[in-house]
Parts: sequence; C-alpha cells; structure tokens
Amino acid sequence: MRHVIAVLLENESGALSRVAGLFSARGYNIESLTVAPTHDPTMSRMTIVTYGTERVVEQITKQLNKLVDVVRLTDLTESHFLEREIMLIKLRAVEQSRSEIKRVADIFRGRILDVTETSYIVEMTGDAEKLDAFMKSVGKDNIIEVVRSGATGIARGEKSLRI
Amino acid sequence: MELSGGEILIQALKEEEVEFIFGYPGGAVLHIYDAIYQQNSIKHILVRHEQGATHAADGYARATGKPGVVLVTSGPGATNAVTGIATAFMDSIPMVILTGQVTSRFIGSDAFQEVDCIGITRPCVKHNFLVESLESLSDTLKKAFHVATTGRPGPVVVDIPKDFTAPGVKTEFDYSVPVEMRSYSPPTTGHPGQIRKAVDLIMSAKRPMIYSGGGVVLGDASESFREFCRKLSYPVTNTLMGLGAFPATDKQFVGMLGMHGTYEANMAMHGCDVLIAVGARFDDRVTGEVKRFCPNAQIVHIDVDPASISKTVTVDIPIVGDVGQVLEAMNRQIEEADREIDRAAIDLWWSEIEKWRGTNCLQYDKSDSVIKPQYVVEKLYEVTKGDAYLTSDVGQHQMWAAQFYHFDKPRRWINSGGLGTMGFGLPAAIGVQLAFPDEIVACITGEASIQMCIQELSTCLQYDLPIKIINLNNRYMGMVRQWQEFSYEKRYSHSYMDALPDFVRLTESYGHVGMLIDKPGDVESAMQEAFAMKDKLVFLDFITDQTENVYPMIEAGKGQDEMRLHPAQNRELA
Ligand SMILES: Cc1ncc(C[n+]2csc(CCOP(=O)(O)OP(=O)(O)O)c2C)c(N)n1
Ligand SMILES: [Mg+2]
Repeated sequence: MRHVIAVLLENESGALSRVAGLFSARGYNIESLTVAPTHDPTMSRMTIVTYGTERVVEQITKQLNKLVDVVRLTDLTESHFLEREIMLIKLRAVEQSRSEIKRVADIFRGRILDVTETSYIVEMTGDAEKLDAFMKSVGKDNIIEVVRSGATGIARGEKSLRI
Repeated sequence: MELSGGEILIQALKEEEVEFIFGYPGGAVLHIYDAIYQQNSIKHILVRHEQGATHAADGYARATGKPGVVLVTSGPGATNAVTGIATAFMDSIPMVILTGQVTSRFIGSDAFQEVDCIGITRPCVKHNFLVESLESLSDTLKKAFHVATTGRPGPVVVDIPKDFTAPGVKTEFDYSVPVEMRSYSPPTTGHPGQIRKAVDLIMSAKRPMIYSGGGVVLGDASESFREFCRKLSYPVTNTLMGLGAFPATDKQFVGMLGMHGTYEANMAMHGCDVLIAVGARFDDRVTGEVKRFCPNAQIVHIDVDPASISKTVTVDIPIVGDVGQVLEAMNRQIEEADREIDRAAIDLWWSEIEKWRGTNCLQYDKSDSVIKPQYVVEKLYEVTKGDAYLTSDVGQHQMWAAQFYHFDKPRRWINSGGLGTMGFGLPAAIGVQLAFPDEIVACITGEASIQMCIQELSTCLQYDLPIKIINLNNRYMGMVRQWQEFSYEKRYSHSYMDALPDFVRLTESYGHVGMLIDKPGDVESAMQEAFAMKDKLVFLDFITDQTENVYPMIEAGKGQDEMRLHPAQNRELA
C-alpha cells in the first residue's frame, strides 16, 4: 500500500542523507521525497511517499524514528490528510493543439506561466493522481519536459505534527 | 576557562572518566596528540593498525560496560577504522571514535588525506557528527558520549577538522551544560499494561522457553534476568551474544541456540508454546528458516529498540524498554501474582527436554593421536577454572569456544557475533587485559583469523599484556572448508591456509613466548605452563585435526528441528 509519511527533522547538514541512506541501505521503496525548512528555521519538514506491506511500512517508520536527526514523524495515511504536489510542464502547442491544450489546462485549473509560438508552460498543483491524469489528457507526444516537486502532505483538522 | 580544541578534547574525556584512548597518530590529529603529550590522566594506547584500535576499544567496552574511545587520523586512518566501527555497530557496543578531518576550509577540495568520513561511516554508526566550530566541540563530544551509551548502545563518530584543535585558538570550556537533544529520547520503562499481559501469558505457559541475547549483557541486567529465570524455573537458552547472562553450568540452562547451538535448545525452541525473548533480535543465525521458527509459540519480546520488534518474526506481546527495568517489574508481578504456574505441565516439558539433552549433541570422537579442537577448549576451561575473559576470532574455533567454554558470568565472552569479523580477537583481548590487568585473558583464534591483526603482538609487548593466545591451527579456514564439504561436494576452493608462518618464531620475534603443541597428551601440561607465566604473552599453537566439523548444525534453509547431528550420533540414533 501507498503511505505518505511526514517527518520533522533537524535542519542539519547530513540529515537528508541519513534518511535517503536508510531507504537505500534497507531496500525500502521510495516514490518521492520532498524537504524544506519550516517556520522554525532549525527544523525541516519532509514528506516521504513510499509503498510496501504493513510490516515493511511499520519498519520504515521505526527505522526513521531511530535516526537521531528525526524529531517526530507521522504516517499521514492513517487518517484524513491533504496531499499536494506542484508540477511545471512544458507542452508543445502548435496549430490546432494550442487551443485544445489551453482548454484541458483550464479544466484541470492549470495556469499558463509562459507562452511562445510553439509552447506553453503550465503550472499545476494537486495530488499525484490529478497530475498524472492531466499528463494523460494532453498526451505523451505533446509533453516536452516535466518537473514535479513530489508530494507534500498535512493532516486535516486538529491533528498536527509539531513539537 | 579558556581552552584550545585539543585541550577541550582532553578535558571532555576526563569528565567522561575515560581511562584509555586507543589510537594512531597522523597529520589531522597532531594537535590532539600534542595535547595528549602534555597530560597524564588519560592513557593513550598506541596500536599498530587502526582496525586494532577499534577492536581494542570495543573489547574494553564489552568487558567493562564503559564506552571505548578511539582516536585516528583523517583519510586512511578513518577508513582503516571502519571495519571495527561496523563490528561494534552490529553488536551494539558503546564507542566514541574521534577521527581527524582536514582543515575546515579545505573540506570538499580533495585535500591530502581527505575522505568523507561522515558519509563512509553513516550506515555503520548509531550517529555521527562533523564538528562545525571550535565553540561546538565540547557540546558535540558530550552528545556523542550520551548517544553512544544510552538506549540501544552503539558507536558514534566525531569527525574533527584540524583547525578546531589548533593550540593558539581558544574558547570557553564548560562541560556542565546538560545535553539537550529534542530528537533523541531512548525508551526506559516498559508499558505497564504490556508487562501485565506478558506476565499473565508467561505464567500460563505449559511449554515455555526463555531466550536471551546480547541485550541482557549490555544492559547489565543479568542479575534481574537470573532472578526472573529462577522464579519461573523454565528452560533458558542464550544466543552467541548472550552467553554468560545465565550461568552455563546451571541445570536450567539448555545451552546456546541457533545454527551451532545445542540440539535440546533448538528442539525446545521449536516445541515451545510461549517464547520469552529478552534483549535478543531474532537473528537469522538463531531462527534458521523463519517460516519454521517456533511454529506454536506466542511470543513476548522485551527490547530497548522498538525497531527490533517484529522485524523478522512477528511477536504477540512487545515490550519496549530497558531490559533490566522491565525484568524487575516482571519479577515483582510474578511474586505478587494470584495465579499459579502449572508445575505439572512444566515438569512434563522438562522431561521432554531431558530426553533431547540425552542426545549429548556436543559429543565428538576423542583421539590419542591428533589434537581435537574441542578437547583444547575443554582443557582451557579446566585450566582457567572457567573464569577467564575469553575473546574470539571468527570461525569454527569461535563456535567450539561458545559450546565448550561454559560462561557463568556476563561480559566474559567477547566475540564479534553480528559482523563476524576475523581479526577481532587479539586486539579485543588488548582492551580487556588493559581494563583488567590481574585477570586471565585468553584469545581463541585460528591460523587464518590471527593473521588479520597479528601486528598487534607488538602493542602487547609495548604495554606488557600477558594475553594467552590459543591458536586452533587446522591449516584450513575451517568454517569455510566445512561449508564447502557440506554444500559444494568437498571442492575446497581457496580455504586452504598455505605458506603459514612458524607462529612460535613469529611470536618470539615480537618478544613473546611461543609454544607448539601437536600431541593430545601435551595439551594440558602446555596450558598449565603457559598460564603459569603470569606476566608473559604466550602464543599456544595447537596443531589440530584438519577435518573436524562443528556439530550440531542447522544448515541453510532448515528449521530449528532439523539439526544435523554429529555422524556418530546419527549412527547411534539409527
Ligand atoms: C574479515 C573476514 N573475512 C572473511 C570472513 C569469512 N570467514 C568466516 S570464518 C573464515 C575462516 C576462518 O578460519 P580460521 O581463522 O582458521 O578459523 P577456523 O574456522 O579454521 O577455526 C572465513 C574466511 C570473515 N568472517 N571475516
Ligand atoms: Mg583454521
């Protein structure tokens, strides 16, 4: 199963490589990993998307917790949460496909950030599924370049991950 | 007080009550060596190879329970230390390894003797620190000792750029500031509800088994463990790392378990209905084929490391906490419990175990003409009255030592269980002998293993360490040869130790005493003679049976109940 794990870790050099190293050394799957400092500059917040059996995911959270740089973590998938990812996508936009792409981007609530005679750059946020669906809709042949941030996640409601 | 980095380091080690630094100098640590030169409260032990320093500090830590301290230079000094760091990591040994690093502004420039020490050691340390400023040195050292020695212990590397130890640059030193780490809080007491549930299950068992590992030794919990076992009078087995936690000469002890454990221990594990795992981690050398592991057991698992729980074997009642504290709580509850243990069932269980014990699975063919390795260990046990600190290398000799030297006390059996590092034995013995100068320290080894750190014989001379080296010389990498015999139709690919040195002359050239023993009749007298030389290192080179195998054995893919017994026993059983 797919799990989204949110991690607070010390904003220290080497903390990221400890997490990345753990995943490669223990052979855990990693779909995406995002990290940036929080409002507290001494701490970074990481969102890891991984998949595995319940047993493996339990080990992942335990092993992450064991890392000295990890302050706190939660498996967001255990309750309701929001997941957002940002994508910048450069699309071929010529002749009749120009308007078609614009139309699809509108439907998906994408924003066109850059326009040339032959291309658009579209910005889009959403969960992974939505971004995948957009790429499918515009078609592989129209995609020149894609950059995705990887998922960021946060629990809904009162629940929070903080110290 | 204003101090330089080098002085801060010395002061911090003093505050941590460090007796010995095991080290080897080099460019990046010269400032530190200069600070060492100008004091005499901490003794520096100069090894002959950085691997030796790590194993010596490790041996010291295993025998005393105090953290071992290592000091090496940057680059090759650090990389040479890696094997020893990994060895300590696998067995959860508290150590602080100080590595020199190039001057901070040169980091990342491929400077002379620069390696990414933090990167190289990351996967085999509990934690590591790169010191970022002179001001943070003392705090970092304090954190390093704290992390190394609390919770599940382990090695911690502190990488120190050369400029932060320079004599001219000083900063305020105050070691009294308490360690504050919001991201590190090891568990202590176990969950009371879980403990209650566990005691209930334990007392209702009909075919119980107590299985303890290195955690009981490292957690200094042997006393409460013994009390726990005796209150219940259930069968007890120890892992290779756990030997000595329960007295091996006690009837309640059914021997070591696992790949080369006893038949009775493994059969009892397989047949038990309640398994009480204490400070053990269900290593693959213990479980055999996991699918066949303790098929009928409900499992209670006490461990300080939550990640050890349900890692390879799913357990029913996990208790995360300090093993000693949890056992004490359990002991109180067993005492006060209003339920009774089903003694009739336990007696019946014991009679079944006695039948397995009757197999006498450690039997071997005695000989008048060739020295049997098991016989040497038996004599070692007799001559040292079972009271030696015994370090070991890795191979068949290690297994025979574990099987035939009956450890009655914890911290006496010192071996590399998790990583299985050949070369560990001799340097580890150095650490032990330094810690206990008046105790008997012996190193059991093989002709292959001993050559991996043989240079430390020189260290032994320098510091007058009267270690007794028991070399079971079978002219084979015996353990490798055994696997080749069983699994590769006797194709002995590169397991033959050709061109061996004359160990007696080699030892003598290092200034010690060497003895060659090739007749069974001489084993005991040679040993008497050697151990009588209280202030000499003696290398006893026992020429042993070349083709002896370690029995019994759980072969790869087999379950605990499928042990391969000594061929003679198979004849008897048939
Ligand atoms: C550093 C290292 N390299 C290789 C091995 C693999 N290995 C395990 S036992 C063994 C043979 C050990 O031979 P010896 O020291 O003579 O002991 P014996 O088995 O003959 O008693 C080898 C090569 C190891 N454990 N450690
Ligand atoms: Mg050998």
